Amino acid sequence: MSELTFTLLRLGYLVLLWVFVLSAVAVLRRDLSGPRQPSSTRRSRRPEMTSAAAPVSTPTPVAGGAGGRAPQPRRGPARLVVVAGPLTGTTIPLTASAILIGRAPSCTLVLDDDYSSSRHARIFPQGGQWYVEDLGSTNGTFIGEQPIQGIVPLAPGVGVQIGQSVVELQG
Amino acid sequence: MSGVAPAEPGMLQTDERVPARVAEAFLLVVALVLSVGAIWMVGESMVGGLPPGFWTYTLGLTGLALALHLLLRFRAPYADQVILPAVVLLNGLGLAMVLRIDLEDARFATPANAGRHFMWILLAMLCAGVLLWFLRDHRSWRKYTYTAMIAGIVLVMLPLIPGLGRPINGAKVWIFIGPFSLQPAEFAKIAFAVFFAGYLVTNRDTLALAGRKVLGLQLPRARDLGPILVVWAISLGVLVGQTDLGTSLLFFGLFVGMLYLATERGGWVAIGLVMFASGAVLAWSIFGHVQRRVDIWLNPFDPELITGASFQIVQGLFGLAHGGMFGAGWGEGMPYLVPYAYSDFIYSALGEELGLTGLLGILLVYLVIVERGLRNAIAVRDGFGKLLAGGLAFVMALQLFVVIGGITRIIPLTGLTLPFMAQGGSSLLANWVVVALLLRISDNARRPSALPMRGQLAGPTPHEVGQGPSGTGALPVAAGAARDAVAVPGRSANPPGESSFGPPAGPADGAAADGAAGGAETTVIVDGPREGGTR
Repeated sequence: MSELTFTLLRLGYLVLLWVFVLSAVAVLRRDLSGPRQPSSTRRSRRPEMTSAAAPVSTPTPVAGGAGGRAPQPRRGPARLVVVAGPLTGTTIPLTASAILIGRAPSCTLVLDDDYSSSRHARIFPQGGQWYVEDLGSTNGTFIGEQPIQGIVPLAPGVGVQIGQSVVELQG
Repeated sequence: MSGVAPAEPGMLQTDERVPARVAEAFLLVVALVLSVGAIWMVGESMVGGLPPGFWTYTLGLTGLALALHLLLRFRAPYADQVILPAVVLLNGLGLAMVLRIDLEDARFATPANAGRHFMWILLAMLCAGVLLWFLRDHRSWRKYTYTAMIAGIVLVMLPLIPGLGRPINGAKVWIFIGPFSLQPAEFAKIAFAVFFAGYLVTNRDTLALAGRKVLGLQLPRARDLGPILVVWAISLGVLVGQTDLGTSLLFFGLFVGMLYLATERGGWVAIGLVMFASGAVLAWSIFGHVQRRVDIWLNPFDPELITGASFQIVQGLFGLAHGGMFGAGWGEGMPYLVPYAYSDFIYSALGEELGLTGLLGILLVYLVIVERGLRNAIAVRDGFGKLLAGGLAFVMALQLFVVIGGITRIIPLTGLTLPFMAQGGSSLLANWVVVALLLRISDNARRPSALPMRGQLAGPTPHEVGQGPSGTGALPVAAGAARDAVAVPGRSANPPGESSFGPPAGPADGAAADGAAGGAETTVIVDGPREGGTR
């Protein structure tokens, strides 16, 4: 093998090695920027819209849901968003089931907050309306400045203060 | 909870197609071309033709890599697509380098043995395949938490048993059974990762929540320091008894790293660093062999050391310097001048023949594997899987740091080997097992599970997550997953208001499957942004 061929092979090998590295990184990038891809966004969006209509189109066996399976209210709020506190920006899609908020790891939304109780509050749907219930928390659950007593209807856009966090339903 | 049968693909009611793993196939082809090319170039420059065993090596490697690819298609179709090609490439490069030093044998009689190394590669890949085939759900390992602890401790202690262990170059990290020699620390690494994951997922709340803040660091309570003290004592025992800084750093680092993963408390890292530093200084001031290692590290060019104790590391540095920017080319350097160039010092051998450009490429391949492990840790939904994947990825990164740091004189040299490349059966086997575990976890993490789980309605779409009859909440595992799933993105750099979760395109396979008592009405498992994956 001549000197020139060898040098070309040697450098070509390094180039191919970097081709591998860069293609691997490209695969990684696709993973990282996943939500920005139109195709995957569309794919993940679609079910959200159909989920409201889903019980109608495909009747499903209901095995005794929480307080009877309340159908997802049409045009009702679609998600629970944390708008203040350490978890700001966290979103939980609403389903027909209740959302338990607190510090206990078994909660749906786990707050890492010394001011909240283990099982602090519950947000649940009934008859097309969402309600919030304080579960006997130490520091209370507030709507505006007012601590809530018992079960209170919760409209979208109204902030519920739990410890240092504020959550609200959004459409 | 651990015996839950994972998803049968046929039951998926989802519009997600099973990925064809095209990216993996493409990367695998490039990796195999690189491996075969390396072996061919080694032959060209060493013997002026195909090297002995060329067809065995290339066909064997290609065959097994493709077999694993096909196995993944059937058995873990959603698994990560970058890990396998990256690992195959590292194996191929390692094999080429071992072969290259083996061919030098005629002149220098180094005990490199490419045939044996190749056999171990095949065996390790087979083991990974078997593990992937039979282990359907990584969560089933959680029940072996304390078994793993005992196994880990026994494995670490084995080299200290007289007659079984024998010091090689001062470090007692080997055991000899008949003709076989093993480095049990490599397997202990996995055992400890399983144990720490199982232990921390149960106990993390105590470790995370109690304590007060000092200077912005949340410090744990004194009585919660027990576990870290035990691991510290074990790793110091390793340092003193086996004279091996690497292994001891590996175990302690693994524990502190996983503690941090589990609790998100920087205080633990600070405590761990202080404890290790003080322990290491203490060991240095008491024990002569530790002092000698440090001397070699600080003054390798000392005329008294350079011909003896520090000969290896200095030759390795010369080799790296000889390689320069683009390397001497396969088979054109003189890596055989470095003792153990085929195992402990394979990094400097590669540096000599591929240059800095090649070394950085190889480092990036490692980095990609580690990144995939950590990414899977974020994506997977059960707390045990998160900690296991995170811990395994972290320990691989730490091992790389210890090995390469030792060769490039950032830290004292240790007896650890470069994963996947260095000749050595235990290292290959253990690291392929790690790869199989990571692939399995990533499959579980990415699988769009529409499955009706226990405590979950059979939803018409895969997107009605974990809605269950009241009273079925989640076990601590599931709860941990929910906690992580919610907590992690909140702490990440997502701008407020941006929904970092998206709809849970792949709902609670992991967590809800574990469903059982707990009292939460439901557990909506929210995922981090992970749509698309690498398909």
